[in-house]
Amino acid sequence: MRASISGAWVLAFGWGPKKKNMTDYQIILEQVVFRRGQRRILDKISIVIPRGKIVAIMGPSGTGKTTLLRLIGGQLRPESGSVRVSGHEIPELSRTQLFNVRKTMGMMFQSGALFSDLSVFENVAFPLRIHTNLPDDMIRDLVLVKLQSVGLRGASQLFPSELSGGMSRRVALARAIALDPEIIMYDEPFAGLDPIAMGVIVDLIKTLNRVYRTTSIIVSHDIPETASIADIIYVISDGKVIGAGSPKELFEQDSPRVHQFIKGLPDGPVPFHYPAADYEEELMRDQDADSWS
Amino acid sequence: MQMRSIEIVVGAFMLAGIISLAALAIRVSGFNVGTETSTYSVYARFENIGGLVNRSKVSIGGVVVGRVADIALDPETYTALVRMEIDSDVDTISSDTTAAILTDGLLGGKYIGLILGAEEEYLSNGDEILDTQSAIVLEELIGKFLLKKF
Amino acid sequence: MLSRLRRIGQYSLVVLATLGRAGHIWWQAVWRKPQLRNLPLVIKQIYQLGVLSVVIIVMSGFSIGAVLALQGYNQLVKYGSESALGLGVALVLVMEIGPVVSALLFAGRAGSSVTAEIGLMKATEQLSSMEMMGVDPIQRIIAPRLWAGFIVMPILALMFSIVGIWGASLVGVDWLGVHEGAFWSAMQDGVDFKSHIMKGIVKSIVFGIVVTWIAVFQGYDTIPTSEGIANATTRTVVYSSVSVLILDFFLTLVMFSF
Repeated sequence: MRASISGAWVLAFGWGPKKKNMTDYQIILEQVVFRRGQRRILDKISIVIPRGKIVAIMGPSGTGKTTLLRLIGGQLRPESGSVRVSGHEIPELSRTQLFNVRKTMGMMFQSGALFSDLSVFENVAFPLRIHTNLPDDMIRDLVLVKLQSVGLRGASQLFPSELSGGMSRRVALARAIALDPEIIMYDEPFAGLDPIAMGVIVDLIKTLNRVYRTTSIIVSHDIPETASIADIIYVISDGKVIGAGSPKELFEQDSPRVHQFIKGLPDGPVPFHYPAADYEEELMRDQDADSWS
Repeated sequence: MQMRSIEIVVGAFMLAGIISLAALAIRVSGFNVGTETSTYSVYARFENIGGLVNRSKVSIGGVVVGRVADIALDPETYTALVRMEIDSDVDTISSDTTAAILTDGLLGGKYIGLILGAEEEYLSNGDEILDTQSAIVLEELIGKFLLKKF
Repeated sequence: MLSRLRRIGQYSLVVLATLGRAGHIWWQAVWRKPQLRNLPLVIKQIYQLGVLSVVIIVMSGFSIGAVLALQGYNQLVKYGSESALGLGVALVLVMEIGPVVSALLFAGRAGSSVTAEIGLMKATEQLSSMEMMGVDPIQRIIAPRLWAGFIVMPILALMFSIVGIWGASLVGVDWLGVHEGAFWSAMQDGVDFKSHIMKGIVKSIVFGIVVTWIAVFQGYDTIPTSEGIANATTRTVVYSSVSVLILDFFLTLVMFSF
């Protein structure tokens, strides 16, 4: 098991030694520790994300996947370790510098996170209006282009409350790409969608990556959809990377934890049962004594 | 709702605020705009001003023609020197006018009533009304009444 | 004993941390240079917080003025001094009831909605996504609401007072038959612009700051779940009402006794 994990590491860093040039990595996380209260959410985690690739970060719920995205976006600060995005050391940036780096990132939130008091059109126009001084008609054209690319040009005058889950995620995607970012982060892009909407999103992520050459980071636990488009998958559990590589390589891994996650087995190294006292013993215990104690 | 109409409604709201303030100032506190230019001052000395205060009314025949502007103690005569501001359109107050401190109803506030005389000479800015009647103080009145009786 | 002491310590640390966060928001939103291009957002919030509260303010102001006139008349007429009715009602409204009651209504009507709105924005990650777009939500969401609250509150209080006095004059003069001239002239003699009306305005400005600050902070600091938002909304109404009443006492003490 130990050997297989280190094998995965070699795979993950395999791009490194071949091309010494650091700029090939858009994002480098090194030995990142993040703690919430007493709990270590990320435990000395190291991840590299090459430019222009689709990288998936997978793992069971509550293992700090979204935290990872927030660290990259600078919304959270790591306790220790380094987070480098396009050559900037994120935790050390000033507020203004951080906001400038964020202009090169787009993020699609799980809920879409559209501004409920603005129409679809205005939602997509929002980053353009804030960060550019373009004239109104140019903004209009840009917004329509972005909406067209997600297939929702016709819905531009609707309000977020009138959209279905899949549609609002597509609008959120259009908004995320409004400023033509170098990096797009997808937070659970497939969760809670019907198969058709899911197919649409899978397709969009792939197309956007191919057309705009954006570095894409997908945080997800939907294996088949993610595996179908990702170039590299990191599997994390308990704040550590337990497996990394191309989807094909991961499916062939014999690490039991990776195996359990990829195959979706209910029991394995991640136990089905929450830690508890012995079953038989607890059933046999005297009820009255228990409630009076 | 369109931004334009919101702006209009908000404008109306702010205007309503200013009107409320103006209404409070003028209607409720009797704040006069530009009083300085349209009044002239007349003085009167009283033995006792009772409950007369600044901004008390000055009236002729019940019509308000001015307000009390200043009350001070004359340190030589120990009388109260009252400065009144009279509206400048009321400029025919004869110089032998009597100023009396009266009460508005039994428990109402004090005011100065001017009872005009017959002189053809009129009071002008800075003049003093010589004939005055002090406030009737209820306690003194009762006291006098009791003394007379017994 | 030690554990109790420890709990007190824990609780005061929580309170201090909360105050610190509230202060941070205040600092970020108000003490930074206000951005002129956010003016349309402030106007929109004046609409949301102010214009939409006018109906409730006018209705309550009118009824309270009418009730004050009715009660006041019944007491004053015993001493034959019903001409002081206008003065009494006006003083009470301008100095106390206008600022206080309109602040309480404002907390219930506008404060709670601000908290719920910002809380919902947080729960649906709108604030987060704004941050990720390189836009500071404190500048964009919080600051306009704070400024709008500061502007709106004194206006609402003034409206409340004026409508209340109007209601009192309808009841007192037109219905109960207090002499109209006496009603207004007693009021004008007794109410001073600087020492009564201005102090009432100062009160309402302070209340506006406190209520909007609490509302905005509770929304921004909420736990982003439906339960968290519900609790935050309740806290906004409770905390701001209590603070308004307590502050009113101290403001009165400071302003009217010297």
